[in-house]
Amino acid sequence: MAAYLAHYLVMVGIYTILALSLNLLIGYAGIFSLAHAAIYGIGAYASALVALKLGLGFWGGLVVAGAVGAFASALVAIPSLRVAGDYYIVASFGLQTVILTVFINWTTLTNGHAGLPGIPRPVVFGYVIDNPFKFVGLALALAAFTYAVCHRLTHSAFGRTLRAIRDDEIAALATGKNVVRVKILIVTISSALGALAGSLYAHYITYINPTSFTLEESIFIASLVILGGTERLAGPVVGAFILLAVPEALKFLAIPDAVAAPMRQIIYGALLILFMFVRPEGILGRLRTRPRA
Amino acid sequence: MSAASAPPVLSLRGVSKAFGGIQAVQSCSFDVAPGVITGLIGPNGAGKTTVFNLITGFLRADSGSIRYKGEEIAGLLPHQVEAKGVVRTFQHLRLWGKMSVLDNVLVSCRTPLGENVLTLFLRPRRVRAEEAAARERAFQVLEFFGLAGRAQDLAEDLAYPEQKLLSMARMLATEADVLLLDEPTSGLDTESLARIVPMVRKLVQGGKTVLLIEHNMELIAQLSDEVVFLHQGSVIARGQAAEITRDPALTGIYFGV
Repeated sequence: MAAYLAHYLVMVGIYTILALSLNLLIGYAGIFSLAHAAIYGIGAYASALVALKLGLGFWGGLVVAGAVGAFASALVAIPSLRVAGDYYIVASFGLQTVILTVFINWTTLTNGHAGLPGIPRPVVFGYVIDNPFKFVGLALALAAFTYAVCHRLTHSAFGRTLRAIRDDEIAALATGKNVVRVKILIVTISSALGALAGSLYAHYITYINPTSFTLEESIFIASLVILGGTERLAGPVVGAFILLAVPEALKFLAIPDAVAAPMRQIIYGALLILFMFVRPEGILGRLRTRPRA
Repeated sequence: MSAASAPPVLSLRGVSKAFGGIQAVQSCSFDVAPGVITGLIGPNGAGKTTVFNLITGFLRADSGSIRYKGEEIAGLLPHQVEAKGVVRTFQHLRLWGKMSVLDNVLVSCRTPLGENVLTLFLRPRRVRAEEAAARERAFQVLEFFGLAGRAQDLAEDLAYPEQKLLSMARMLATEADVLLLDEPTSGLDTESLARIVPMVRKLVQGGKTVLLIEHNMELIAQLSDEVVFLHQGSVIARGQAAEITRDPALTGIYFGV
């Protein structure tokens, strides 16, 4: 039971990183991305590959993951965010599809559907993180780091500019903001952070394959953000805690696996629809943008 | 007013812009003298807002030159025009409704360190000092427009006249020299008019240059030092407000008689 709880907390840590970083786009910049699972996957594959092929350690893998994730999304963001508005949702859908196809079909690198086994456990300050209990600390520390970075970004003049762009891009331009540059920058930062979660996941499960990084996963991460509430930093954290508890709760109901998986999807979908009607602003609701004293 | 002798702060020469087959602005030339209020008037569809869009970089002129203090600014992007010192308001305000009144003004304040992601993390103390200074300035601007008491409210919760004032406050906070006001008084009752008109006057007394689009001829006569009359995309008359607004030929065009 304790190991079970530890596993749950590790996954909450990983999804908190994903949801917080995606909320920089959805909640603060008003950019909807469907590519976050692909970015998550890029982080996982990048750090798994440098660990397996180059023998790079956990921290090195984390840095490589962030860099590759940032680079991949910048490649798409630079052309597509020059075009106004909701176009990025289509571009990010394309990125998600392309990246997943690469995971599946570049078999010499990714080993296709068979995936990459034997990813080494992280070694942190000479200490091997080899069970869920030890991993909880690492996952929550990285989640806390992500929270701190997001807090600094959003509670600043930069964050104000993001919200201004979200509310009215034309007005932001008129007041001297380089809107395209800010948007590309936030997509890049969001992806660098999201890729960290992938690195953490790869070293935790020690085995990755493409099924963890599908479009459904992207939608799931977006659901965490929307259900938790996009207007506050803590919203996505709450979303991760609650939505990750759903499959765990189903396990206690002794439902067979064949039913539990589709049941989970139905519950997620039903929750989203319910929230759109009852509480569109998410669990934590709307932050009445009150400036700090 | 020695406006005529001082070099113009803004000068348009032969500026043209067509949308498909429609020539919205045609070989438009005029100067804006520093430190005065210039009214840009003309019937609906004369091209007034298009001229604003051309000056501020939201549209690119097909031909012609737009100079700010002698420097060519045609072809610059909106945020580059703002950086030179020319800002505008919008007829439909375009406030950031979900942000507080204070934040609306703060966005316009100069905060280069806080907006740069590197210095944001690496220079926390200087960022904090910059933010404090911006906050002080934002409150000064809000005081000027009588909005300081509403600083914490959401912009969308303000009454329409106050939203108009906020759109001007946001513009003033940028520290630009030339302010382009697109119909600052439209949709206002007499009481609100009485509040806004002296403020526009005060902006100029504070050293700003104002170019404004206005439909109320009485206000134009009262407010503007100079008037540029636009018709079918071209300047057909310019001069003192009193002369222009009294010219029967021009008022005929204006009212379509």
